[in-house]
Amino acid sequence: MNSRILNIAQKYLKILFVVFGVLILLRGHNYPGGGFIGGLLASLAYVFQGLLKGADKQASKSVSNGLYLGLGLSLILLSVLPGFFMGNAMQGIWWDFSVGGWDLKVGSPFLFDVGVFCVVIGVSQLFFYSLSRY
Amino acid sequence: MNIVIAPILLPLVFLVVFVFIKNTRVGSPLAILGFGLQFILSVYLFYQILNLKIMVLQVGGWQAPFGITLVIDQLSAVMLLVSNLIAFSVAVYSISFVDKYMVASRFYAFFFSLVLGVNGAFITGDAFNLYVWFEVILLSSFVLITMGRSKDQLEGGIKYMTLNLMGSLFFLAGLGLLYGKTGTLNMAHLAQIVRVNPEAGLLNSSAVLFFIAFGIKAALFPLHFWLPASYHTPNVTVTALFAGLLTKVGVYALFRFFTLFIIHDREFWFLFLSLIAVFTMLVGGLAASIFYEMRRILSYHVISQIGYMLMGLVVFTPLGIAGGVYFMIHNMIAKTNTFLISGLVKKVNGTYDLHQTGGLLKSHPVLAVLYIIPALALAGFPPFSGFFAKFTLIKSGYEDAHYWLTSVAVLTSLLTLYSMIKIWNKAFLREAPSPNEGFSCVKLKIDELLPSAILGIGSIVLGLGAPFFIDYLSEMAVNMIHPHNYIQAVMGDLENLTLLKP
Amino acid sequence: MDVLLAILIGILYSAGAYLVLRRSVVRFIIGLVILSNATNLLIFLSGGLVEGKPAFVDESGYLVFLTDPSPQALILTAIVIGFGIVVFTLALYAKFYKVSGSDDIDDLKQTDTPEA
Repeated sequence: MNSRILNIAQKYLKILFVVFGVLILLRGHNYPGGGFIGGLLASLAYVFQGLLKGADKQASKSVSNGLYLGLGLSLILLSVLPGFFMGNAMQGIWWDFSVGGWDLKVGSPFLFDVGVFCVVIGVSQLFFYSLSRY
Repeated sequence: MNIVIAPILLPLVFLVVFVFIKNTRVGSPLAILGFGLQFILSVYLFYQILNLKIMVLQVGGWQAPFGITLVIDQLSAVMLLVSNLIAFSVAVYSISFVDKYMVASRFYAFFFSLVLGVNGAFITGDAFNLYVWFEVILLSSFVLITMGRSKDQLEGGIKYMTLNLMGSLFFLAGLGLLYGKTGTLNMAHLAQIVRVNPEAGLLNSSAVLFFIAFGIKAALFPLHFWLPASYHTPNVTVTALFAGLLTKVGVYALFRFFTLFIIHDREFWFLFLSLIAVFTMLVGGLAASIFYEMRRILSYHVISQIGYMLMGLVVFTPLGIAGGVYFMIHNMIAKTNTFLISGLVKKVNGTYDLHQTGGLLKSHPVLAVLYIIPALALAGFPPFSGFFAKFTLIKSGYEDAHYWLTSVAVLTSLLTLYSMIKIWNKAFLREAPSPNEGFSCVKLKIDELLPSAILGIGSIVLGLGAPFFIDYLSEMAVNMIHPHNYIQAVMGDLENLTLLKP
Repeated sequence: MDVLLAILIGILYSAGAYLVLRRSVVRFIIGLVILSNATNLLIFLSGGLVEGKPAFVDESGYLVFLTDPSPQALILTAIVIGFGIVVFTLALYAKFYKVSGSDDIDDLKQTDTPEA
């Protein structure tokens, strides 16, 4: 596809997709959202890029999707481990911070969400690039 | 720290590691290490279960009907033990039979995810979670069966995939209806509801859907067509693994569901299941006798012997259930072993076709010994495992007056013997039909023979240790038919809570 | 609403079954997708329909009528799994088409015939 408008728009849309995906990911703790849906949104950025520049070129250029998958799976595994050692397996373990008046709650479920986010990006890239080869 | 989740965590760790590893030199030893650790873990769990009888983990600390429960009871423990033994020996076997292209397309990652799914299916106590593990098994097996991408493999893979997908959809629909009627998917809770509530006979629609789903997975008679169409296409390592693990997960699920909470209308289910069992045994055995390709013979055998396991469920006395499960673990070991041997025969003779094989007794006596152990075990000769398994089953059948079923079981035993002897005669005993000198001097390496030796020893131990195993399995069977311990262990304080939908 | 949804599920199942029985591979895949969606709707329906109520407990912790969240969780899981499976199916059939040049399910006879 060779459209100049889309080509320029894509640069900004890409950022928009990723930022929106991350927002949905962060929102997912207490409201609708989360890793899966956020990951799908963020992976739209790559899909868009692939549509414009040709999936074959994109596949060779982009970060290996195996890396995303491995990273995501490792994060998921990491999120299970604190529960495994500190109590019930897969139990959410929470750490409370307050940074400059902001109350931050970081816990192992968040790690899990980020893992899912990465896996979804990796998998949908893999799907898109391998199917568009045919 | 709770050990119950370890059979899931350990393969997951190795799965993650193998996403990054693509070369054989690091991959194979690491895989063997991983499966070795898993086998040690399952031995430890089995040892624990001998004393504790049942171990329960409420995942994430959510109490039973609300969260997912992992349960290792006596059935799960023994299934874990055997399936991890098989996975370990297949991993050793894979050193020389899996080429570097397969490792580069992440053979070991999918191997670990398959075992992850199998372990998960054995220890979960939640019906929907079982569906998820089934899908984990299914997706990794799709990839494994088409790995290599020859035309035959793609074709076999399509058949395998299509029918198994249908099975999953039936399972899912059954779960939906079950949830609609009872408001829970926790197996222990379901068992409790079914035993308290007189209207629970309404579960029959779900039961039929479950039967079709598990029947497809277990390759029962009218639903078995995917198995012989696909099992002879992939790499022999994959076939051996599938023959040992996949169909048995379906049988395990049948045993679990039909003892725990599908307990109404036994007359109908008895008649139906006994017919299915008879046809499964006969069709598998008869079809195996007309083929001359080793892997096809063995694939039809897988089907025929599923019938025996189903027979244990039909009889439904403690002895019957014990015999069914005993037959299942014996069959997993011996059947995997025969597939491993068929790969070795191919390596020496260059073909799976029994018309062209021969002369192995003279050139490779060790291989002949390794073959005769699982062959006799499958045919049911003492002192190997098959004799005691069949004896228990047939005894329970006669005691409970299932004469037709039992007679067919005895007849099918002869068919099994016929096929095993056919392979023995054509591949080992007779002289090689054509002078293929180049092949017969192929030396088999120790790592190719070792897995068969391990599984052969497994068959012998299972046979010689029959008193121990029958005691263990009988106690297990009693606990399965009267699952009060199971319910109590899972539901705990909420024992009196029965939450039916208004 | 229940009745409408039930009729819809019936239509989807019959359409899916019809498509699955066709000889063309592409229709077959579409049939699989429709069947899996029908199953998801079946779970949704049999979980019980509650209109206009959230699946969360509100801040007062007061709950009288609320939508049962677990069928939705089940469906979400099933959808994700179905997503992966459909993609795998497509890739497998695309590969098969490339190797054999055929879009006809009746050409899949090779592994069934004895002694091929």
